[in-house]
Amino acid sequence: MVSGVFHTSYESDMALRRTPAQKIRIVLFIIFILLFPFFANKYTLTLANQIAIATIGAIGLNILTGYTGQISLGQGGFMAVGAYAAGLLTVRLGMPWYLSIVVASFVTAAVGAVFGIPSLRLKGLYLAIATLAAQEIILWVVTHWKGLTGGVEALVVPDPHLFGLRMNADFNFYWLAWALVGITALLTLNLFRTHYGRAFIAIRDQDIAAEVMGVNLFRYKLLAFAISSFFVGVSGALLAHYRSIVTWERFTLDVSVLYLAMIIIGGMGSVSGSLFGASFMTLLPALLTNAGRALRKVFPAINTIMPFIQEATFGLVIILFLILEPEGLKKMWEDVKDYFRLWPFSY
Amino acid sequence: MDLFIQLTLTGLTNGAILALAALGFVLIYKSSDVINFAQGEFLLIGAYVMFSMLVQFSLPWTVGLVLTLLVAVGLGVAVERLVLRPLIGEPIISVIMATIGLSSLLRAIVSTIWGNQPRAFPAFIPSKPVHVLGATVGADRLWAIVIAGVMLFLFNLFFTRSKEGIAMRAVADDQQAAMSMGISVKRIFAWAWSIAAMTAAIGGALVANIVGVGPELAGFGLRVFPVVILGGLDSIPGAIVGGVIIGLLEAYVGGYIGMGLNQVISFIVLILILMVRPYGLFGQEIIERV
Repeated sequence: MVSGVFHTSYESDMALRRTPAQKIRIVLFIIFILLFPFFANKYTLTLANQIAIATIGAIGLNILTGYTGQISLGQGGFMAVGAYAAGLLTVRLGMPWYLSIVVASFVTAAVGAVFGIPSLRLKGLYLAIATLAAQEIILWVVTHWKGLTGGVEALVVPDPHLFGLRMNADFNFYWLAWALVGITALLTLNLFRTHYGRAFIAIRDQDIAAEVMGVNLFRYKLLAFAISSFFVGVSGALLAHYRSIVTWERFTLDVSVLYLAMIIIGGMGSVSGSLFGASFMTLLPALLTNAGRALRKVFPAINTIMPFIQEATFGLVIILFLILEPEGLKKMWEDVKDYFRLWPFSY
Repeated sequence: MDLFIQLTLTGLTNGAILALAALGFVLIYKSSDVINFAQGEFLLIGAYVMFSMLVQFSLPWTVGLVLTLLVAVGLGVAVERLVLRPLIGEPIISVIMATIGLSSLLRAIVSTIWGNQPRAFPAFIPSKPVHVLGATVGADRLWAIVIAGVMLFLFNLFFTRSKEGIAMRAVADDQQAAMSMGISVKRIFAWAWSIAAMTAAIGGALVANIVGVGPELAGFGLRVFPVVILGGLDSIPGAIVGGVIIGLLEAYVGGYIGMGLNQVISFIVLILILMVRPYGLFGQEIIERV
């Protein structure tokens, strides 16, 4: 009778995948990801690509907020930096698109680190308000610096090509995006097995104790902002090349809130939680839209109130998760696993 | 000089309304350590309920205002009881997200009931232009300053003279000590939320009277942050002074510099204050050195 997972050696405790069941599940998941595009239609492929982009962004935010405990409402602004940097590098400097994604991510990391400086003195809700200001300031610069970004007009990015393939076609982009999800997940999981990652977690749990134990708070907080923003930049740059168009409306405060909702609903401080949350928050509006379409014949007025239903559901889902399952989908998934492991003595 | 007076009056009006919204915000933070991201939506609901009272039920504005305030009290109590009370003791990010979720829910409810088209508000305050020191300004703006000033004065009396007001400050100071003196902390939280909703409703009605009623009124919720940070998150005089300063600053920057800088100037000030003096002008200084 197994009552839980207990490790008896450091190797098994430190392993990325600790139990045979975990190994089987990850293999099944990878097989699913590899086979999915061959059975999917255009609509589900688009959704899968959106989930991939959102997952990378959510992992980025989770590094900062979930693992390091620094609440950020600046996600939308940082994504805007990534998207505009990638777009402008391609359009103005004629940089190849794959290089522009890399450079844009580093640019975003630098901007993130700059806006992370107040985090030395601020925490909790003060930091949340400071990052809110960062969001507003970045977006204001984007819409008012006409010479650089074109202001409120959309920035058109040329189609990315690789070996004669148009990479922003849904099928081709799928491989690029999910490969990057894999790399991001692997890097992040490994980050939290190094002393950097453990320092981040120590700062989250008790910053004074961490400082006493020799963690340089300023350095590690800035590093957390930079690493987090790097992945957010990847996600923003991918969005720019996928959509071929960059507009400021895609990066408002609502986006910051959406990503926070993703990691809260998925699970804070967890890579799989980021994937769950990103999938949930991408699929939920799509599901509602489809339900609305199905109901249109019975209840024609649904078209006009659909945006309100979407908004209300968004708010309600956040509140309900916080009250009923604050640890998110990840915890629910673990409860399900526990139920079956302990069966028939589960309670 | 005309421009200066014009801008000063505009700034004072906006500042007075910001101060009203900020007052409720500070009150909630002071008594329960909760940051309310839905303050703008409270303003919005206040404005729309007042709109319904005046237009759909064609009540005299005095009756309408009283009923609006009653609705606001109900809203405040409901929000506290249903959303915030289950989250007592949860980490700060949960509370922040809960009020953000609440704001989205409330906005959706407002749009479902009233639609999201901006509408003209029946002026219950005269808006005839008045000449003051060579500048021309709508009388409604002057009235807004006066009404906001009276409200702030009344709330100040409430906090210094009435039993409930003093109990509220006691809870803000030390919840456990207040509880041991026989004060019901839960009731005080409900009080704080209702008063916050009430001040927001009055602010909403005042703004609506000047610019009309529409979903963009909720934007006031975000503009409250620079105000409360400047004044100090836990200071009621700070909310008033901060409101006036930010209102004037936005008006002057908009009038003299332009380029849309007035939309962002308060946030730049916000960052600077946070870097130099995070507890604001009048806030309680909590020293924690790491």
